[in-house]
Amino acid sequence: MPARAGDPELERLEIELLLEGVYRRYGFDFRQYAQASLKRRLYRRLEEERLETLSQLQDRLLHEPSCMERLLLDLSINVTSMFRDPSFYVAFREHVAPVLHTYPFTRIWCAGCSTGEEVYSLAILLEEEGLYERARIYATDINENVLATAREGVFPLEKMQQYTQNYLRGGGKTDFSRYYLAAYDRARFSRSLTENVVFAQHNLATDGRFNEFNVILCRNVMIYFDKALQDRVHELFFESLDTFGILALGHKESINFSRFADAYEELHREERIYRKTA
Amino acid sequence: MYDIIAIGTSWGGLGAVSRLLEGLPDAVHQPIVVAQHRSVDSNAGMLEDLLQHHTRRVVRDPDDKTPLERDHVYIGPSDYHVLVENGHLALSTDAPVQFARPSIDVLFESIADSYGERAVGIVLTGANADGAAGLATIKARGGVAIVQEPSSSERRAMPDAALAATAADAVLPLGEIAAFLYGLCGELP
Repeated sequence: MPARAGDPELERLEIELLLEGVYRRYGFDFRQYAQASLKRRLYRRLEEERLETLSQLQDRLLHEPSCMERLLLDLSINVTSMFRDPSFYVAFREHVAPVLHTYPFTRIWCAGCSTGEEVYSLAILLEEEGLYERARIYATDINENVLATAREGVFPLEKMQQYTQNYLRGGGKTDFSRYYLAAYDRARFSRSLTENVVFAQHNLATDGRFNEFNVILCRNVMIYFDKALQDRVHELFFESLDTFGILALGHKESINFSRFADAYEELHREERIYRKTA
Repeated sequence: MYDIIAIGTSWGGLGAVSRLLEGLPDAVHQPIVVAQHRSVDSNAGMLEDLLQHHTRRVVRDPDDKTPLERDHVYIGPSDYHVLVENGHLALSTDAPVQFARPSIDVLFESIADSYGERAVGIVLTGANADGAAGLATIKARGGVAIVQEPSSSERRAMPDAALAATAADAVLPLGEIAAFLYGLCGELP
């Protein structure tokens, strides 16, 4: 990382102006992202662009849309893996799937799906639990480019060993390699896994509700937001869930710091799976 | 006055952190945040329990946005970076930095950012160079840099790298760090 601005006040001003500029020029609102991680990502972009100051980065962002695309990628790629936190998938099979079996049809929202690892994991799980045929997954992200990657369903072959382990520990019921075709250094996942998936651009920071859901998965996305934006998103989720709708967060995300804490009960404490009650 | 203490160590540093906490007088009230390298599968709750046996402070395996409190110790969860901002912890799943997540540099840099001259950073035993750049940032922002004396460290690579990167305010054997902290930021009754 390049040397930080010596003056913290100046740095704060530069970041504020840059985010304001990005919002007014492109409509992407990062003004309520959690500062510490956002700052790291901005400095990473600064370094890659071989620039000296955040003000120079602002200049380039405003004048070169391609630079904005690169920054958007930095800010929207969520480093994840298929069946990350296998215990979550075990809990989903045991505690959520039986509930979904009682519904004629299930709508699931993967909010902030990034490059799609979680979407494919979920599709595989639903398939194995006999739920995929009558389910629809809405996979959304702020960034069209990462959605294109997600739609492709092509992941590095070298990751498959780890994903296979995760899959098995996550309660996988068959041979994981059944789900993809290996070609050269890539693994292309079966088209059938995305038959019931709708990929769409949606910005949690600025867009509203667009459907009613039985389940919302939003894991390790809101950790990048500040408290005010987290509250906005929790409100959006609350409004988008059916009565008894299920909300799944990351292992280290607690609903207790949100003002919607009382509107949910814990379906699985450790795995942060909640059910709407109010 | 100092408002936060951050400790970095790598795998194998559990014993060092335990001993440090054990010897730390109650009059040191600052919240303590620990970034310790360990395997992805390690259970953070277990580390929390192990450390809890060595201290009367409350040891926590924190969630994102957990507020920082006096007399508390926070262990960065495995497979997340742990950062600090505006009096609370923030987590991220950004790519590992130099193969480490949690990364000590990431924690230290965020602490230098939010606390400036009110930050204390400590590098203990460890087998790689993580923490060196972060400790230098803490120091550059006016905070205090403490390094475990390399020859008394189980693994000296991490203290050596920290000392090469910055002029530490104190280089001490493990057993003397608690007393130094007491002198630095212990509250008088």
